[in-house]
Amino acid sequence: MSTLVFLEHHGGELQKGSLAVLSKAASLGGDVAGVIVGSGVDGLADQAAKHGAATVYVADDPKLEAPLPQPRVDAIAQLVADKSIETVLFAQSILAADIAAGLAARLDAGLNWQLTDIATDGGDLVGKQSALGDSVVVDVGWKTTPRIGLFRAGAFDPSEQAGAGTVEAFLPELQEHSLAAEMVEQAHAEESGPSIEDANVIVAGGRGLGEPEKFALVEELAKALGGAVAATRAVVDAGWYPYSAQVGQTGKSVSPTLYIACGISGAIQHKVGMQSSKTIVAINKDPNAPIFEFADLGVVGDLHTIVPKLTELVRARRVS
Amino acid sequence: MKIAVCVKEVPDATAHKRIDPGTKRLDRSGEGALNAFDANAVEEALRLKDATGDGEVVVVSMGPERALNSLRKALAMGADRAVLIADDGAAGSDLVATSLMLAKALEREQPDLILFGQQSSDSDGAVLWAAVAERLKQPVISQVAELTLEGGSLTGKRQTEFGYDVIRAPLPAVVAVADSINEPRYPSLKGIMGAKSKPQETVSLADLGVDAGSAGEEGSHTQVLALSDPPPRGDTRKIEDDGSGAEQIVAFLAEKRLI
Ligand SMILES: Cc1cc2nc3c(=O)[nH]c(=O)nc-3n(C[C@H](O)[C@H](O)[C@H](O)COP(=O)(O)OP(=O)(O)OC[C@H]3O[C@@H](n4cnc5c(N)ncnc54)[C@H](O)[C@@H]3O)c2cc1C
Ligand SMILES: Nc1ncnc2c1ncn2[C@@H]1O[C@H](COP(=O)(O)O)[C@@H](O)[C@H]1O
Repeated sequence: MSTLVFLEHHGGELQKGSLAVLSKAASLGGDVAGVIVGSGVDGLADQAAKHGAATVYVADDPKLEAPLPQPRVDAIAQLVADKSIETVLFAQSILAADIAAGLAARLDAGLNWQLTDIATDGGDLVGKQSALGDSVVVDVGWKTTPRIGLFRAGAFDPSEQAGAGTVEAFLPELQEHSLAAEMVEQAHAEESGPSIEDANVIVAGGRGLGEPEKFALVEELAKALGGAVAATRAVVDAGWYPYSAQVGQTGKSVSPTLYIACGISGAIQHKVGMQSSKTIVAINKDPNAPIFEFADLGVVGDLHTIVPKLTELVRARRVS
Repeated sequence: MKIAVCVKEVPDATAHKRIDPGTKRLDRSGEGALNAFDANAVEEALRLKDATGDGEVVVVSMGPERALNSLRKALAMGADRAVLIADDGAAGSDLVATSLMLAKALEREQPDLILFGQQSSDSDGAVLWAAVAERLKQPVISQVAELTLEGGSLTGKRQTEFGYDVIRAPLPAVVAVADSINEPRYPSLKGIMGAKSKPQETVSLADLGVDAGSAGEEGSHTQVLALSDPPPRGDTRKIEDDGSGAEQIVAFLAEKRLI
């Protein structure tokens, strides 16, 4: 069995999620390699060796500097062919998902996503997929090789294990359409304000607030509870609240004692960032909102009346 | 400018979603609806059409015959035409097979721009666009929260794990929008009435030149082996706010010793 793990990097570091998938792959046995694609990435292979990679393929080229998916499809497709790779695994990210799907189409290969685990079964691989808003666990398989798998963010933690980490450089041939998109700017978000990751209580706001000014409702409640404020991607993208407060797949993962979600639908990508909160309270006017499937207490109602009142009641308790 | 929007019919939000243990496929017997995330893509297409003054917006979908009902919502919003790939041989298609059929249908249309929604609410894949772009050999930009079109190229701003990217690509191109990109319009009564008479074409695999072995379950490279229940999460309580919602939250928090 030969497995290749895509090793995503940022700011001179291999990403934790990729290393976690790599160590998982190493624990399954067989030939396990990692692939690093970028410019000036020579020094990163060491980290991969520490997580079980026997071989680290490195494509280092100024043309590969921008973290865009399509040139990476070229690179990985080439490795799969040259090295007879049977399985290609990715840790979920904005970049990885687009590479995995592009690769599936290029190679006519099966892609299973939202994987939370993987195991060998005889000579075959079986993935655990959490589907339909986590209401069912599906054992998924691949009918052909190469197999492609995309693991859910935070599916496992990296574990250290020694691998030979033999570095092998390669230069992918890039297709014309792969070079058509160009990165104009990469703005790195500033971290401002207190970190929500350490907060004991989090009050989070989503698009149900209706307008950016209404974040004041969430802030007041957070203040009364001595907690921090978080937000969904929908409102962060819309500029209602800073990026540093975003919870979810692309944002922060938090596990406070109490998480109060106001006007948040509970999409899976938000859920993966807050589901390990000890107690979840949700206020949403739509009785069918997915958040009610996993909130300890769900209140179907209008946040504009409930939240101010709740703040008042909490304050009153504090005083008395 | 011609814009194609890929949209999908999904089980209605009120329906209890389940996988049929017999067929191991999503049970689509209940009410269907246009995937809400795709309304953002339709809206963006309509705005671009309005901004450029002329053009055509065509929605393209793969699904059962009855999905035309859901496509009509996109027509009611203002899309000009619908193309539905409906064929018994297409049922049970995974990413590889679906992307092939869609790519074939899109090749017939030759749009300048192809838009996708953020994700389908029944698969949460958020991946299909990249496979379709690969088949069409076109550039792709995903998760776009702001889209601008200038001359023959487009620029998308999108969020990643590390901040914001601004990516530019020449047309023709594939763009998947984020749900934050716009607020989809509600179809007007006139739009709803007019939708019925807009062109709605159903095409088969044969029409697209896709052979049976490349579609449906046969053309799929993944399979469902078994289904099981997820580990139970503690009790969930859901109450209707009758004016005492805030008090009930306080009582709950007090009971849990959280305040
Ligand atoms: C690759 C990828 C990564 C993503 N990463 C993230 C991420 O990191 N974090 C994240 O949050 N999302 C992420 N998303 C987006 C996610 O899928 C959802 O689109 C997003 O979380 C929705 O945000 P929301 O709940 O604020 O908005 P909506 O889904 O629009 O929900 C708003 C809710 O407010 C309710 N509401 C409206 N008015 C009221 C009222 N007056 N009172 C009470 N309730 C009301 C509505 O019923 C609705 O349920 C990602 C998506 C993708 C594809
Ligand atoms: N069967 C389909 N027909 C047409 N478009 C689809 C279909 N399935 C998904 N899409 C499009 O692809 C996007 C992402 O879907 P997914 O990758 O399944 O989450 C959706 O928002 C739609 O725009």
